[in-house]
Amino acid sequence: MSMELDVFVGNTTIMDMEVYQLWLDGLTVSDAVKVRMDEGALLECEANAEVLTSDTMDQFRTFQMCERLLHSPTKLGSQLLYQIPAQNQRILIERYYEFDSVFAREVLGKKLSKGTKKDLDDISCKTGITLKSCRRQFDNFKRVFKVVEELKGPLVENIQRHFLLSDTLARDYAAIVFFANSRFETGKRKLQYLSFQDFAFCAGQLISYWTVGAVDSMMEDMDVDLEKEFLHELKDLKVLVNDKDMMDQHKILVCAALRGKIKVYKLMEVNFKNLSRALINLASKLTHTKDVRDLFIDLVEKFIEPCRYDRWTVAEITLFLTHYTNAAHCLGTFRYQMIWDRYMGVIKSCILQMYHE
Amino acid sequence: MPGKLKAKIVAGRHLPVMDRASDLTDAFVEVKFGNTTFKTDVFPKSLNPQWNSEWFKFEVDDEDLQDEPLQITVLDHDTYSANDAIGKVYIDIDPLLSCEAATVISGWFPIYDTIHGIRGEINVLVKVDLFNDLNRFRQSSCGVKFFCTTSIPRCYRVALVHGFVEELVVNEDPEYQWIDRIRTPRASNEARQRLISLMSGELQRKIGLKVLEMGGNAVVGYLQCFDLEGESGLVVRAIGTACTLDKLTSLHTIPTLTDGCVCSPGRPVFSEDPPHPLSGPPTPLRTLPSSSPPPFSPSKPCSRQSSSSDTDLSLTPRIGKTSPPSSPSPPLSAPFLIPSQKLTEFPIFTLTCFPPGFLVHVGGVVSTRSVKLLDRIHNPDEPETRDAWWEEIRQEIKSHAKALGCHAVVGYSESTSICEEVCILSASGTAAMLNPRFMREGCLDTGGSDHRFEDASPPSCGFVHIPYDEFNMPFPAQLTYCYHCRRQKVPDVLFTTIDLPAEAEVTGKGCLIQARLCRTKKKAQGEVNATSISNLLPFMEYELHTQLMNKLKLRSMNALFGLRIQISVGENMLLGLASATGVYLSALPAPGGIQIAGKTPSDLSYDQHISTMQKRIDDTIAKNKELYNIHPPECIEEVVGSPIPDRQRSSRLFRSTSESSDELSELDLSHGKKDAFVLEIDDTDAVEDIQSLLTDAPIPAGFYSCNTEVMPGIYNWTSGLQMFTSVRVYRLSNANLTNQGLNKIFTDLCENLLKSLYFKLRSMIPCCLCHLNFTVAVPEEELIQVRGHTYLSTPLQSWSGENEEQLQFSMELCGESTISNNQPTAKPSVSSSERCSPLPEGRSRSLRSTRSLPCGAPVTVVKMTPLSFLPGTRIVKYLGIINMFFIRETTSLREEGGVSGFLHSFIAEVFAMVRAHVAALGGNALVSYSMKECVFMENPNKNQAQCLINVSGDAVIFIRESDQEAIPPLLSSRQTSSTGADGTT
Repeated sequence: MSMELDVFVGNTTIMDMEVYQLWLDGLTVSDAVKVRMDEGALLECEANAEVLTSDTMDQFRTFQMCERLLHSPTKLGSQLLYQIPAQNQRILIERYYEFDSVFAREVLGKKLSKGTKKDLDDISCKTGITLKSCRRQFDNFKRVFKVVEELKGPLVENIQRHFLLSDTLARDYAAIVFFANSRFETGKRKLQYLSFQDFAFCAGQLISYWTVGAVDSMMEDMDVDLEKEFLHELKDLKVLVNDKDMMDQHKILVCAALRGKIKVYKLMEVNFKNLSRALINLASKLTHTKDVRDLFIDLVEKFIEPCRYDRWTVAEITLFLTHYTNAAHCLGTFRYQMIWDRYMGVIKSCILQMYHE
Repeated sequence: MPGKLKAKIVAGRHLPVMDRASDLTDAFVEVKFGNTTFKTDVFPKSLNPQWNSEWFKFEVDDEDLQDEPLQITVLDHDTYSANDAIGKVYIDIDPLLSCEAATVISGWFPIYDTIHGIRGEINVLVKVDLFNDLNRFRQSSCGVKFFCTTSIPRCYRVALVHGFVEELVVNEDPEYQWIDRIRTPRASNEARQRLISLMSGELQRKIGLKVLEMGGNAVVGYLQCFDLEGESGLVVRAIGTACTLDKLTSLHTIPTLTDGCVCSPGRPVFSEDPPHPLSGPPTPLRTLPSSSPPPFSPSKPCSRQSSSSDTDLSLTPRIGKTSPPSSPSPPLSAPFLIPSQKLTEFPIFTLTCFPPGFLVHVGGVVSTRSVKLLDRIHNPDEPETRDAWWEEIRQEIKSHAKALGCHAVVGYSESTSICEEVCILSASGTAAMLNPRFMREGCLDTGGSDHRFEDASPPSCGFVHIPYDEFNMPFPAQLTYCYHCRRQKVPDVLFTTIDLPAEAEVTGKGCLIQARLCRTKKKAQGEVNATSISNLLPFMEYELHTQLMNKLKLRSMNALFGLRIQISVGENMLLGLASATGVYLSALPAPGGIQIAGKTPSDLSYDQHISTMQKRIDDTIAKNKELYNIHPPECIEEVVGSPIPDRQRSSRLFRSTSESSDELSELDLSHGKKDAFVLEIDDTDAVEDIQSLLTDAPIPAGFYSCNTEVMPGIYNWTSGLQMFTSVRVYRLSNANLTNQGLNKIFTDLCENLLKSLYFKLRSMIPCCLCHLNFTVAVPEEELIQVRGHTYLSTPLQSWSGENEEQLQFSMELCGESTISNNQPTAKPSVSSSERCSPLPEGRSRSLRSTRSLPCGAPVTVVKMTPLSFLPGTRIVKYLGIINMFFIRETTSLREEGGVSGFLHSFIAEVFAMVRAHVAALGGNALVSYSMKECVFMENPNKNQAQCLINVSGDAVIFIRESDQEAIPPLLSSRQTSSTGADGTT
């Protein structure tokens, strides 16, 4: 005897969110049944394996049929085929677009193209996430990217409007889109210690302060690209290292402020010019796309690693960067206060986010 | 008289891409009614076209309005080749023809294609202008209201019940016509859909005519069925109960008539009214509200011209054999006074739920089956053969009822099972004595309704009193004095097909009882086949009956309601499935236990075996008493003579075959008064019986189930929650085709389906599966199809502690006009949220936040329920009947997820289309929903499958009990009084 056909349909579409997660995780029906058995599903309602398998198959089928609609979440609300309560629609969408940060870390900054899609096998092996789940997550990234790439207006809001995601998730997607668009280098060995959250935070900073949309929020502005003009103006900051007097003055001010307050004072005093030069050079190079891409690796190599070598604490770095930024305002001949603050604000928070083991 | 049908095509959305090159569609719409077709302009290059067409006007006969559907076809314009069809929408305009139903059809309809399923949606506006006053439409039957509901629709009151109406129409099935060989599957499916739509329109119109002729204005309990007889044709038949309904207005404060609610029994509600003699001259009917259809003339005879053939089966019960009425008030003797012409040819009612006082006595189940050989319908205009078959069956039912001393049959239904050229016609109902007032003209004006309660013997037990003569019983039964009133005789067990009357007193809770049976038969052809089937039938009925009885005793119950016995025929087997809701009626005697007896000479191990079995059974009975909370007060047994000392067959099940009640009882048992039910385990049958008794898995804690509308013993329900349909098909392996093996398999199938339901709904407990009904079929050799429908309710009273929170939550959701689902508070499993979400806390918080995300226009939530009401709500308007027939076919079965994927999406599509139609009529629920047909055929080798589904129900507007103040002004004038009526729901 065998079951030829087995369906269960409700007027309101029935979904078990725990099974949904198993489906999202890319499990096969038999694996999902195993997981559910291990979690003790059989103890409820005198169920047996057959009942559990049938239920799992049913649920998986439902999700598969809904998947098409989840690709354009706005349709989910207006379609007539499945009657799903608004609350559940929200959960369905949100969960569908949630991703593993380990996976996101792997594809961050890569071009969301067929080529990368082929690498998913490797990522799947490396992260232990099923290939099916990897594909879904990758396709989600790509879909969101395609839709918002050319849209005007704030990135996060665009994502929210078109995909009905929660604020947090929309911000994460904004980071992914932003990284994919600017193709930041994230794969180097030295950057491996950074998590997706580190990068997402940095992306948030860059979007908030360095893009065109950051200065004036007019509708036609775009969030995806860094503001060209601003990057160009950054060249002016070079004066801080090129003008010897100014550099000395800067150092004196910072040293005066930090004396006795940090343990690494001696080392700081010795290294001040190197650190300052690293940050200013970074700023002046950002007109080249290549250097923009290398922003994070440069930060690590030129600033974070030397500090780490000298065993700076996070508190010390915070103090140093604060005074380093503020001291420039006291330099009588320094005229680029606005640019300086806009630059250093982001750099400071990025460094602080990235400064860990 | 003609009318003007107007249609306007507004817009489309989510259309499929028809032009691969541009990824867009150039859509236009054809609107067709009868032979007239209009077209919209082409809306180029869009998947969301805005046609905003003019009003297309069709001037048509009202006869056509009733028969024909409005057909809307969406096409893709193609300059060079033929235009491609995207899909169609059929709109039944019948609801617009009755002034009390909907006035406009407006909304988004899914565009349906029989090959591709739903492809986008179209917004349509339809109106009808009837030129003349409705009075003029008596020639056609516009204005007659149809209800699938098998009780008096809420928000109406019954003025008069006229009786049985039936009709059938036959035609050739387009699928089997020669032309089918050359046309595409799509064309063939569409021809079939259209034909069936036409046939049901015609059928409805003809039934309407009969109703008008009888003087009624509505059909309640309308049951329409299709018989796909294959080569020999297509039969659409319908039965119903003709009534005169009055819409409840604030003046007519008779809420008790509207539904099966609790009304304190015995209390003369309106006793201050002076009672008029019933035999008095009929006074003219009260002036009806202007909106209701024309009042019929009181002088018009309300019976059909009955044929002379049934004079010998006159309805007048044999006077003198009936038990004397408990109270000598004149109305009780009324049944004898009914002139036979007052009742229709068949005193048969499709209702299952009655206004209090309507049922006087209930006799028991009457059923009849007949095996017929189909032959080609030669002349579609003369459906005489089929008519004659059903006529025969109804006559038989009638005579069975008469044998039980009853003059009427209630809870009546008819069904067929077809396999190749053999067809089993079945009919069953409950023999009953009815209060004649409801069948008399003008009865309400004579004050009949006002003192309805005076006459009946104590109403809570009256209906169980035997209607037949105790010294001349039609079958062996053990009678006692009623445990409630102690005056009248009652049987020890009562089987019925109706719902539990609201006035009945029940001890404990009820539960679903199923008997299942599978019998093999040899493959045969023609006459031989038919004979072997008809030989098997009585045995199947007998066994099903025994099983039911055993299971009833095992649960310490003494009555079955909603009994439905289904026998399906296949090529090499017969399947029998009986479902009913068991209850303990306080008025009936307590059932005795079950005793096992062995016949073989005493053998120690054998005795031991018997005693362990006995112990198991006793334990189960004790456990069930706890489970169903059955603790009847101890009563002194008063056995009054039972002429035949046999108890094995003590209920009344009548069969068409002659050996109805004398084939049993080779057991001679001399048990004292306590009637133990004796099972002999000597023969294999008994072993099987015991097996099936004990293998029934107990229902998990927190679940209740019944196949009736309301769960006996539990009364407070939250607003309706869910409706489910489950379809399963099993393939039997060739190996075990013995009766016993088959039985085991079949029982397991049903048990497993139940288990699956319980498992799926485990998060909802405590809850009740109402109207849990299974349908079985044998679509092919070695295939068994089981279809289950149920409706889930949650009892209000049992919510406590933290559950209450959840309830609050679901109510809140309802307030936002969404349905609370089985996952109202989604708790993401910890492990998964850790893995998938970088910020688990923040994320779940944002999920819970009530911030509304922008999403398109909200879709109206439409509830569907097989019940005639929605618990916790009040139906304020009936918008018309929904009766839809769909065919879906695929030639890429594997790609659509195999048979399960195919059927799953088809059922989802059917639900979506039903919801859309209800919403377009302005409704928010479909009550009395049923899926009458679900025929599934597959050919995996060709990667093909085809499925036919027929669904029906009543579209309604309901409001929640809680927001009664918020009644729309439109309705408030009509609806102010019946609030008290829904107290129990």
